[in-house]
Amino acid sequence: MDRAAQWPWWLLIIVLFGVLIAWNALTSELYSAIFSRLLLGIGVTIFTTLVAYSLAIGIGLIAGLGRVSQNPIIFNVATLYVQVIRGVPILVQLLVIAFVIVPMVIDGANALGAVLAPAIGAENFLSRTKPQDVPFLSRCIIALAIAYGGFQAETFRAGIQSISKGQMEAARSLGMSYLQAMRYIILPQAIRRVLPPLGNDFIAMLKDSSLVSVLGVRDITQEARLYASASFRFLETYTSLAFLYLAMTIVLSLVVKWVENRLNSDGRGQG
Amino acid sequence: MKEANQMKAMHAPPTDDPSAMIVIRNLVKQFNALRAVDDVSLTVGRGKVTVIIGPSGSGKSTVLRCINHLEVPTSGEIWVDGIHLTHDAKNINAVRAEVGMVFQQFNLFPHLTVLQNVMLAQRVVRKRSEAEARQIAMQQLTRVGIPEKAHSYPSQLSGGQQQRVAIARALAMNPKIMLFDEPTSALDPEMIKEVLDVMLELARSGMTMVVVTHEMGFARNAADEIVFMDRGRIVEQGPPDEFFTNPREERARAFLNQILR
Repeated sequence: MDRAAQWPWWLLIIVLFGVLIAWNALTSELYSAIFSRLLLGIGVTIFTTLVAYSLAIGIGLIAGLGRVSQNPIIFNVATLYVQVIRGVPILVQLLVIAFVIVPMVIDGANALGAVLAPAIGAENFLSRTKPQDVPFLSRCIIALAIAYGGFQAETFRAGIQSISKGQMEAARSLGMSYLQAMRYIILPQAIRRVLPPLGNDFIAMLKDSSLVSVLGVRDITQEARLYASASFRFLETYTSLAFLYLAMTIVLSLVVKWVENRLNSDGRGQG
Repeated sequence: MKEANQMKAMHAPPTDDPSAMIVIRNLVKQFNALRAVDDVSLTVGRGKVTVIIGPSGSGKSTVLRCINHLEVPTSGEIWVDGIHLTHDAKNINAVRAEVGMVFQQFNLFPHLTVLQNVMLAQRVVRKRSEAEARQIAMQQLTRVGIPEKAHSYPSQLSGGQQQRVAIARALAMNPKIMLFDEPTSALDPEMIKEVLDVMLELARSGMTMVVVTHEMGFARNAADEIVFMDRGRIVEQGPPDEFFTNPREERARAFLNQILR
């Protein structure tokens, strides 16, 4: 009885559902049309997720180090960033960054260049980039990276602060600088601890990449919307879309679980 | 030039005695409402072993931690081997490389092997070559009696072994001074002796040591000077024979009665 209760029935149900969908995709003309349409967007979905996630890790690590900094300026800049990100819905962030901040930065850089370049005789090197030259895919990736960087900053901060104070003191007492101690002692231990939450963030990023469809970027969600609105096959299209996300996230969450188990099974890193 | 000389004069230790390794003048450390260290002045002689004892909360550890600037003094001045401790980060790192410290909780780096623990600071602070750092690390691990554990991780060692690795790690930097902050307080009783033996050997080799401890046997055997602190102040100070057989101060006598029984 106990073993039956522990068995992952939920996974069986999803697999059966998947078999059903796959059967449809192979036998039904409609489903195979839907899937071949969705797969046109899979590259954009995966590319967006991977690039935005990698950028977010970098931003999050820097902002997370800022959140534990003793320097009040660095600390406040990092905290301001994190608080703004946490207080604004991610869809709204996407709109603001894509339509306000990216054009503002480019216009600002152009204006600055127009003033400075003549002074040093570098007019010919001025970039001719205009805001409308920046594709929406890039704007979306920037926006997702900034949004997720804010959350990952807090993950890194928590990881760093979970390492006992004695580790930093021991490193400093050996003559290491703060940055050396961070690099060789604190971060290697902190990153081990935050790998599971970072893995979950990757899954969340994959799901939130669907937001780019709002800006017309042709990921799988956008392809599904276009197909459904042209064919009026809403049930079949959106069910297939949902299943495609589910299949990807389930595989990823099993990977995260496996990594987590591996980290727990070897005893080092406990300190 | 003249200005530089004046600066030097200002920051020179307030004693001409070349045998002084650490000079502390009017040290105060305030934690919010608590004055943990209250106007402490102390000179530690070169090659001498100074043992600081006293009830818990008396400021012993804080004095120790001010010597390598793990605590920033509220006021007062400290010279380590003639170097004036200021707030300048370069200066602090320079002093710390000369001052080894051993902690109550060992604070080994759990993600590194024993050998890597002992080698890391040699590599990144002393800029020694891999081969040289390894050779010195093995030398020090042999000195503390556990060269065979070089490739173990700290979590695979007993507390006493971990503390001996921590001592080897500090010694590998060739410090001029070793600070010990209750090095045996977190150990099971049967492991205390192996750590104290290493410390005794170190004391006999002529290392300048400042030790905060409750091990009165060690204090009696190894110390050149006993410093008794209570409520942030030095109450009594003297050679161990005098201090243990005939303490002058009432508070020191009460403390010894409690602890020796």
